[in-house]
Amino acid sequence: MTASDIVITATEKKPVSFYASVAAAAGAFAGIFVGAAQGSTLLGLICGAILMAIVAYVAVEILGRRQEKPLRWGLVILFAIVGFLFGGTPGGVIGALFGWFFGWFVYWLGFNRYRAHLVPYLTPGQVLWHYAFRVICGAIFVFLITPILVVMPLSFNAENFFTFTPEMLRFDPEGYSLRHYRDFLTNTEWTNAVKNSLMIAPVATLISVSLGTLAAIGLSQSHVPAKRAIMAIMISPMIVPLIISATGMYFFYSKIGLVGTYWGIVLAHAVLGIPFVIITVTATLVGFDKSLTRAAANMGADPVTTFFRVQMPLILPGVISGGLFAFITSFDEVVVVLFVGSAELQTLPWQMFTGLREQISPTILAAATVLVAISIALLTVVELLRRRSERLRGMSPG
Amino acid sequence: MTSTTETNVPLEGPTPDDGLRAAEQSGPMLAADGTPLKRSLARALRREKLRALMLIAPLLLFVLITFIAPIGDMLLRSVRNDIVADTLPETVEQLGMWDSAQQELPDDATWTALYIDLVLAEEQKLHTRLGSRLNYELTGASSLFRKTGRAVGRFDTDVYTDQFVALDDSWENAATWVNMFDDSDIAEALPLTARTWERWVDYLESEDDIPAEEDVEDFLFTALYADLTREGADVSGLSPRLEQAAAAVSGFETVDLREQFEDADDDWLDPEIMRTIQTYSPRYTSGYFLNAVDAQLTADGVSMRPENQQIYGILFKRTIFMSLTITLSCIILGYPVAWILANLPTRSANLLMILVLLPFWTSLLVRTSAWKVMLQQQGVINDTLVWLGLVADDARLVMINNQFGTIVAMTHILLPFMILPMYSVMQTIPPSYLRAAKSLGATNWTAFWRVYFPQSVPGIGAGSILVFILSIGYYITPEIVGGTTGTFISNRIAYHISSSLNWGLAAALGTILLAVVLILYWAYDKIVGIDNVKLG
Repeated sequence: MTASDIVITATEKKPVSFYASVAAAAGAFAGIFVGAAQGSTLLGLICGAILMAIVAYVAVEILGRRQEKPLRWGLVILFAIVGFLFGGTPGGVIGALFGWFFGWFVYWLGFNRYRAHLVPYLTPGQVLWHYAFRVICGAIFVFLITPILVVMPLSFNAENFFTFTPEMLRFDPEGYSLRHYRDFLTNTEWTNAVKNSLMIAPVATLISVSLGTLAAIGLSQSHVPAKRAIMAIMISPMIVPLIISATGMYFFYSKIGLVGTYWGIVLAHAVLGIPFVIITVTATLVGFDKSLTRAAANMGADPVTTFFRVQMPLILPGVISGGLFAFITSFDEVVVVLFVGSAELQTLPWQMFTGLREQISPTILAAATVLVAISIALLTVVELLRRRSERLRGMSPG
Repeated sequence: MTSTTETNVPLEGPTPDDGLRAAEQSGPMLAADGTPLKRSLARALRREKLRALMLIAPLLLFVLITFIAPIGDMLLRSVRNDIVADTLPETVEQLGMWDSAQQELPDDATWTALYIDLVLAEEQKLHTRLGSRLNYELTGASSLFRKTGRAVGRFDTDVYTDQFVALDDSWENAATWVNMFDDSDIAEALPLTARTWERWVDYLESEDDIPAEEDVEDFLFTALYADLTREGADVSGLSPRLEQAAAAVSGFETVDLREQFEDADDDWLDPEIMRTIQTYSPRYTSGYFLNAVDAQLTADGVSMRPENQQIYGILFKRTIFMSLTITLSCIILGYPVAWILANLPTRSANLLMILVLLPFWTSLLVRTSAWKVMLQQQGVINDTLVWLGLVADDARLVMINNQFGTIVAMTHILLPFMILPMYSVMQTIPPSYLRAAKSLGATNWTAFWRVYFPQSVPGIGAGSILVFILSIGYYITPEIVGGTTGTFISNRIAYHISSSLNWGLAAALGTILLAVVLILYWAYDKIVGIDNVKLG
């Protein structure tokens, strides 16, 4: 039994005036959209209200809890059919979702289920606020995630559009294709961009991780003069706006002949990744038990052995997640590349940026989907590492 | 550390007892090896410091060279103004003596200097760069210099050449000139000619030409004429050829160089151009900074630019306004999310956290392209609204290429930076405080406002400063979804670097932006502490 199954407040049947009117209000709200789509907002509003009031009454008073399953399935199918008649396949899908929601909603209302997981002494106003707050939060989460989710289906568009075609909305297989992925994988512009990105990011990451880890260990010692100033300098690449870093680097690197070269970009990206390494590794070192290195030294290990055999394995999760941050910084960086790079050194973000400015083709969306997949993979790795690090830290005292 | 090997021979080495015994005998407390404890500790401390610094040094050096030095270079570039002094050295010197307050044009020596400078600049193709530099300060300077550059080679100064050559054929021979300026006395007697000759030789050598084999150009004779007719010019005893020329110059037919410039372009008659050259002749100038705040440096001092040319004030105000709007919308959207994440059971909170972290980890360009797809006129939101019948097909909402688009997209992009610090602060607020407040009779609102909210303020502060710092310098997103009204100061900086090539102004704008960011960074460090930044 998980926490969400615990019933705190008993469920009972609510008065018909309450649930029927709330269901009618919800139905009216949904009816506005359906009505507007069909031409008459007012008609939709009235029909939705009446329909939902009847459904609620039938569900709670006549069929009751025992007939719940058949009724809810019936509603899903009924709404799907109605939706299909009005708006084809997309209408059918939306209708089914409506049916599922209202089926759940009338029972949730009618049998007081909304209070099941809340403490009994809450006033109705507090209950209302509780759920309203959750709806608001849900809307914000939708705002956070929708843009990323919208990109994915659009990347399978068969046309050269940045928007859903009628074929796609009908779920017609004709409307979908892998052509943009084919373009992404075969077009030399894109493959070169991927190749360049893959050549630059790992080297930059290696530099920032090796230097950053050493410095983080140095910074974590107890007596470091001017610690705050050093820390401020090392974190500054993250704080200084990229456009300023890029401007400065463009001026300075052109003086020493690094503009337009591979190493110019690598050095620039390495320095941009350093704050992330410093932050994550220092955070890991906060929980590091210093007596372990002393114990190792006591048993005759020299500092290098101590570092690689004792300290490194313990802080490795932090180092790796810092490295991933540095990698993604380099892999995702476009401003500095625009300034310091050259036409032969176009990276993937550069290609996407110019593509977006000139809006050439939805191949960008295919690339975006691939990048989202990569970031999901990276997120998973970082999350696992964080858990492992916490477990390791939990084991060591202090 | 090092002591492990030393203790292998316990009989001869010092023991802790030695120190104790020594301490009992009075005097300073001693360490095990007999040295005073204070000194021993100081040494250990010093060694530890040194080791820490050795570990930090490589990175510090790396950051200083690859990052801090470029920033410093940019700061320097915002005040550096070498081009006028480097391209027109003689003119600048002459103009130093000119009183610009008078309405009259500078004297003939200045025009001669300008002629020499411009011919040399034209040879090296530098006059157009100078023209564009001065054009930032005085509109029309660019075309003036380009036009004059084309004409300056055809000025009537061959009159001097012909007259000198008529005196002595060997003037025409470059070898004569090479030999002449090998003699330091002659170079001293003819300073202008010597300097001009040196610049000419430098240029020829940079082109891999041999000065002795080139033609002697008209401007060299002009310089020579100017030197010989100068008051107090004395070449007696230096060379017979020079003495002969010095005796003859007073009878030479002359060329009015001011008229020549006037023929090339009437604008030279306006003292304004000379004033501008004079104003911008120092090697360091505040001109770029003044430009960046819509002012300009004129001969009469600092003045504001005309109303219709004031763009940077508007741009800075817009940048600040939009960053504040974005920060505010991030607070409004982030607070409930952080609250619910901190108050839900761990399992569901972790699941919802993914919804926050996934956008955080997703490429910035992916998110920006997603917003382009969502917001454009044929985009997802408009399509949905049209399909629902809320918006007519021919009246689709304009949500992109304006401030709205930038604010929405950047709020989305920066929201995780607000949620994460808020969440980590809210996690530390015990839920029992709220319950205690309510049990003492507080209403929901009072309990929240008087008990919970004050404790969550540090999270809001940390998140707000972070979001504001990040948004104020944003470039990519405004560039793609901002159009013309939704762009930031950083877009202007990029424009000046890649399109208008006014690097000094770009550097000045960048310096101002950097100053704002550094003040905020300092505040952030004071309030939150940079070592407390958390990622994910």
